[in-house]
Order: sequence, then structure tokens, then C-alpha cells
Amino acid sequence: MAKLILSMDALILKEITLSKERTTIGRKPHNDIQIDNLAVSGEHAVIVTILQDSFLEDLGSTNGTVVNGQPVKKHFLQNNDIIELGKYKLKYVNEAPAAQAKAADFEKTMVLRPGAVKAAASAAAPAAAPAAATAGGAKSFGDTVVNHGTTTTPPAATAKPATQRNVALQLLSGPNAGKELDLTKPLTTLGKPGVQVAVITRRPQGFFITHVEGASFPVVNGKPIDAQAHALNDHDVIELAGVKMEFFFKT
Amino acid sequence: MTLSGALEIASCTDPGMVRSHNEDSIASDGDKGLAVLADGMGGYNAGEVASGMATTMIITELQQLLEKKVPYETDAHSGQAIAHQLLREQIAKANTSIYQASQSQPQYAGMGTTLVVALFYDNKMTVAHIGDSRLYRLRGDQFRQVTRDHSLLQEQIDSGVITLQQAKQSQNKNLVTRALGIDPIVEAEIHDYDTQPGDIYLLCSDGLCDMVSDDDIGLALQTLSSNLKLCAQHLVQTANDNGGRDNVSVILVRVLRGYPAPRGMIGRMMGWFR
Repeated sequence: MAKLILSMDALILKEITLSKERTTIGRKPHNDIQIDNLAVSGEHAVIVTILQDSFLEDLGSTNGTVVNGQPVKKHFLQNNDIIELGKYKLKYVNEAPAAQAKAADFEKTMVLRPGAVKAAASAAAPAAAPAAATAGGAKSFGDTVVNHGTTTTPPAATAKPATQRNVALQLLSGPNAGKELDLTKPLTTLGKPGVQVAVITRRPQGFFITHVEGASFPVVNGKPIDAQAHALNDHDVIELAGVKMEFFFKT
Repeated sequence: MTLSGALEIASCTDPGMVRSHNEDSIASDGDKGLAVLADGMGGYNAGEVASGMATTMIITELQQLLEKKVPYETDAHSGQAIAHQLLREQIAKANTSIYQASQSQPQYAGMGTTLVVALFYDNKMTVAHIGDSRLYRLRGDQFRQVTRDHSLLQEQIDSGVITLQQAKQSQNKNLVTRALGIDPIVEAEIHDYDTQPGDIYLLCSDGLCDMVSDDDIGLALQTLSSNLKLCAQHLVQTANDNGGRDNVSVILVRVLRGYPAPRGMIGRMMGWFR
């Protein structure tokens, strides 16, 4: 579960777990996080926590709320964000528990129902959200909350293909012989629609050519490929719809 | 009634790179104009059971019912379109079966599934969905999401709590607010859409749209539209290349030609004598 680390001048004062749906910050004593400093307004800001996500909202404070150096009215908190209130700093820590989640946890799909939220939530995550926050979150959406998949999954990191090298095709024959074509997109089609088309795909493992349509298959280095994707190497010569072209890695 | 030749359908399903078994389930029938995709959830193999029950029951029942009933007509009693009525009834039936199984068998306790069903008839398509399995449409170079997820994230986006951009960073992914088989009663969201020859429809589980950006999905549909089977495989492969954290399933449906309902004099007479 997410927490805040309150510090001043690099001295850690307190750790606060965001267990409630609303956690208020201000100078007055009724706040959940009281900061007794004149630069902080009586009711300065609030953090609204919905399951695993937390949102910071400034409550019209006199001196404003700053996150990572930027003044904000409303902000969707991300791990390691620094909230500044006067001289005080609040660090927001919300580590995706996926690091400790075992592979088996990926399989585990959960159903959260308003009544049984407590039990289900504690089973869902080792550091379970207390019922108050979770039930509040679930209730405010009225409906049954079905926890599908796993909340412990980190944000799906869209892994960038390892193949970041620039590649190109140079036409060796035909009317445009000598022309170069950079392959920048994840998918590039070649050929004439309706006659013969092949596609070159950029994948983490490298570049592949695949037959798309037409009676004849592309020829790579003099050999026709089959219906499977064919890995391309530097300086491979492709023949397609009567045009020869060379595939190469750009320096 | 048959739509033979009006639709081309290709599909692909894969457990992905992380999970050991596939809890997604897909089924389609080009002649009847049906495509069904479900993404199951629930411990052990219960998710597979739920999604399998949903797709099998819905497709087999609808295949039989479409022999007798005409989806483009309206029901005389309720005033509902038959297509809507068929989908609503069969989804309710599947919901009851899954719910009862999960209540009576401890190993299936709490299982459920998302669902997206597309029924094509009379140059139209009726889409019913529950949860976060989606339907997209490619028309010309316009690629857009047709269904709106029943998920916490979508509700937050709708209410303005977070933006689409921020939603990508949310930790509350995969929380659906509706699912088949969880409660005794479920309401499917059902809408009609006009179709045009050349349209390509994509039904997919969240394993695809969580791993592959909408832009990349659209690009794949556009560039590989001439080879639907390859396109389906390519989408699954891209999801796996990007990490494949979840099961990935896709069904692609291309409208090859118009398929208006037989509305002539003879067609109607035939209808009366049925």
C-alpha cells in the first residue's frame, strides 16, 4: 500500500500509510497529517486514495502545493513524487508489489464484492489495503467490483523492442533502382496489392519478412521463403514482385 | 438464414508469455454471423471453465435459434428487436449456468468471465458486452474502439478523475465492474451499428489492448488487412513481444459484401409460413 514519508531538511519525521479514502493535510489539529507551520494552511490539501491509486488535491491553500517542483491543483500521484508544503516534504511511495509477487500470483484472479472486500483484499495483496479504504472505493462505484487479473501487476511496461538499430531497404532493380527506404515503422509492407505483398516486421529478436498475399512467395537470397516468418540478416537480398532489394543495417 | 460469403473471420488465441494456461475462450460462425470472445477469471482453472461455458453456450444456442428466429424483426409482445432479445436471453442463461456452477462446486467458487459478442445481420451488427473485452472497428483509415469497458478505470475517465494519459499509469488496471457469472443477474450492454463492406472488426481480450497500443493495433489491421489470419497472428505475437503478461485473444471479422435481409415479397411470405 502507498505511504507518505514526511521530512524536513532531509530529516525524516514520520511515515504515514494511506489507509483512508481521504487523507487530509493541514496546520489545524483535525487533519490526518498535521504540519504545524505557518506556511501551511489550516486545510491545505487532501489525498484521495482509490484502491491502488492516489490523487493529491490542493484545497485552495494560501501558499499552494508543489509536486516535483511544479505547483499543482490536482495531481495523480506517481511513485517517488515529492510533495512540498513550505519547508516540509512528503515523498509518495507506492511500489508495485509485483517485485515480490510470485509467478503463481499472476494466475490468481480475484473477485471483489462489496461485502467481502476485506477478506478478498487481504488475499489479493500481501500488504493489503485496509477494508476502510478498499470498501470505500468499492462502494462509491456501487457495483460489484471484480478484481480481474491481478492488481499486483506493475503497469504493463510496453517493452521497447531491443532492435533499435536503423535499417533500410535499397532497391537494386526496377524503375526506382538505387532508392533507399527506411524501415521506421513496426510494420512495413512491400509489393503490389493484389499481386504480391510481403511485410517486414520489427520485433525484439530482429527483423522478419512474411508473405501476406499473392500466388508466389518472396525470394530471399535466391530461395523462396515458406508461409512462416523469415528472419532477415544484414545484406540479405529480397526479390518481390519482380523487384530486387537489399536489406541492411544502417550505421 | 445464412450470410455465407459475406464475412471473413480469422482468430487466434494464446496463453501469453507469463501464464501457464489460457483462460480466454473464443468461438465464431461466419455463416450465422456470430463472433464470441470471453476472458475468464477465477482461481486454478475456473476461469477457463467460465469463459468456455460462456462461449460454448452462447454460440450453440444462438446457432440453433437463428435457424428459427429472424434477428432484424421486432418481437410482437415486447417491442424489442429480436437480435437484442436473443442476445439478452442467451447471456442471461449463460450467466445463470456459470453462477450456479460456481455456487454448487467449491473449486469453481467465484469464477466469472468478461464477454463480447457480435451478431451480424441485415447490413448491421449488434454488439453485446460485459467487462473489459473490447470490440474495435477499422473503416477506411479510421480505427476506433466501439465498446466502452465496464471497468473502474473507464468510470474514472468518464467522471474526469483521471485522463486517458494518466490511465496508462494507473495501478488499478484490470478491475472490471461487471462480469458474467458473478451475480445472479447481469446486464449486458447492447448496441446496434451499421456495417459497410470493407469494415474490419476486432474483438479482443485485455491481453491485447494492455500490451499493444491502439495505434499499433490499427497499423497492423491496415497493413495486413489482405491476410486476416496473418494479421491475427501478428497481433498476438506483438502482445507477446511486448511482454505477454496475460492471455491474448483476437477475432477479426471482415465484411466482404453487403448482406441485406431478404425483405422482398417472397422473403416476407416465407417468413409468414415459418
